[in-house]
Amino acid sequence: MKIIVAIKQVPLRDSPLHLAASAKWIDDADLSFEINEPDAYALEEALQLREKHTGEVVVLCAGPERAAQTIREALAKGADRAIHIETDDLGSLDTLGVAKLLAAAVAPEKADLILTGLQSDDLGSGQTGVVMAELLGMPHSTIIMQAEVREAIIRVKRELENGWFQHIEMPLPAVLTIQSGSNKLRYATLMGIKKAKTKEIRRVTPAELGGAAAAAASIEKVYLPQKSKQTQIFEGDPKTAAAQLVEKLKFEARVL
Amino acid sequence: MSILVVLEQQSGQWHRMSWETLAAGQQLATALGVTVDAAVVGKGTDTLASEAATKKVARIWAVDHDLLDSYTADGYTAAIEQLIRKVQPTVVLFPHTYQVRDFAPKLATRFSQVLVSDAIAARVESGLLTLIRQFFQGKLNGDVRVSGAGPVFASLQAGAWRADTLESGSAVVEQFAPALDPAAIRQKSEPPFREAARAVDLTAAEIIVSVGRGIKEQSNLPVIEDLAAAFGAELAASRPICDAGWLPMERQVGSSGQTVAPKLYVAVGISGAIQHLVGMKGAKTIVAINKDANAPIFEVADYGIVGDLFEVAPALAAEVRKAKGAG
Repeated sequence: MKIIVAIKQVPLRDSPLHLAASAKWIDDADLSFEINEPDAYALEEALQLREKHTGEVVVLCAGPERAAQTIREALAKGADRAIHIETDDLGSLDTLGVAKLLAAAVAPEKADLILTGLQSDDLGSGQTGVVMAELLGMPHSTIIMQAEVREAIIRVKRELENGWFQHIEMPLPAVLTIQSGSNKLRYATLMGIKKAKTKEIRRVTPAELGGAAAAAASIEKVYLPQKSKQTQIFEGDPKTAAAQLVEKLKFEARVL
Repeated sequence: MSILVVLEQQSGQWHRMSWETLAAGQQLATALGVTVDAAVVGKGTDTLASEAATKKVARIWAVDHDLLDSYTADGYTAAIEQLIRKVQPTVVLFPHTYQVRDFAPKLATRFSQVLVSDAIAARVESGLLTLIRQFFQGKLNGDVRVSGAGPVFASLQAGAWRADTLESGSAVVEQFAPALDPAAIRQKSEPPFREAARAVDLTAAEIIVSVGRGIKEQSNLPVIEDLAAAFGAELAASRPICDAGWLPMERQVGSSGQTVAPKLYVAVGISGAIQHLVGMKGAKTIVAINKDANAPIFEVADYGIVGDLFEVAPALAAEVRKAKGAG
């Protein structure tokens, strides 16, 4: 089976965030980047499905030139080839705009299955996979923990709230958004890293995909959240801070 | 102009976030000077529709069909799309539930719109609606403006609006029977289930010490276990710790784990992504220990220590033991 995995490159978790001069987004000039964590789980699910059913795993990623590094890492883990939609102004697109580019790039692939993470760690809109499914006319399901392919049907375990789950079946081709923690992630092997250098990364531009649509939603500005609570912070060496905290817990909050 | 609030129910039971979203709808309707309608979607919705009609709304739409008995993304999208085309609201609001996350982006796409997901607040200035949502897992907030031709679609975060501000009234119930084609509903859903019964009931704990990614490695867990022992607390964790298998899933606090409201919640090395905060922000007293002073956990914390948990946690355990020993 042919499986497409849509991945995104995001700033390293715990990166120090500084606002851009426009205050419409962060200044990412000095940051390091990594694969969006839920997308890493989507890649793992794809690789495991390929091991069971044979076939091909194709990585799809929209982003600037630096995204090539994250794509190479996915190839080193075992993906067969990649499509890189090279664009410097991903930030000017909304979810629909990005999903349109991704859908246009995968439509000619005639894939059996499209996987992506349930949301991105930066924007966190959690919609790209679902919107792609609608644009491609495919059924979908979200927040998936497990997927099992039976001929032309896929049966998935979907996470619900408060520790509940549900099984859902749908015909292939389909789109799934994968939850973090659904599998144990593999590391790239030395052999994998070596092989990745020779694997195909096809570069396409938004113009070749029919151009980007005008955004229907835009971020006017970003800013640090205002605290809803007055937090008492204890400073100094750990022992002093801990002693002050315990004092408050005992005599002010009365919880000890 | 009007607002449409899509309420959520399952097997005849309301999702509690439905009322928060309806309260938001009432407030925005007042601010925009428009009316608010609400929709109940399912099979046999009469009782729920009558109950919703006791709230201050113009109309309740009972969107009823045999094929809406159990939720499917295709069925709900088709039914609500038809309702929107009939009612023509300018704003459509949903609770940001797992179910809404599954179908609302698809629905918005049918109107060439983008869902503003997980909004935490809204503002109306000169008749223009701005929605506020979080980025980078709660580290930044941002103002989002929707300009497309279709209605504004937004889903609202759990707890961001208060259900107890909901105003009562008397609404007309209108029946709406969507035209649904069984062949066009491609998902087949089975009944929800729970994994093995929970051995740990965190909801009963008076004190919880909870650990997150800051612990770095499983072999470091004894630092936190000792702190929990000093407090006489139950041990809990954020999702990544349970995903990694370092602690069992039943000790997970958050939207996919347990929701707790202990007397004291001590969050150690937890940054405070919203998925975790919704599970613990009801705690009476919250303590956060984190190396990053800008971590979102400090927004809900009453007390905080900014520092290295490997130094702070043992020092705190010693001080707690000292205080308890002193009676």
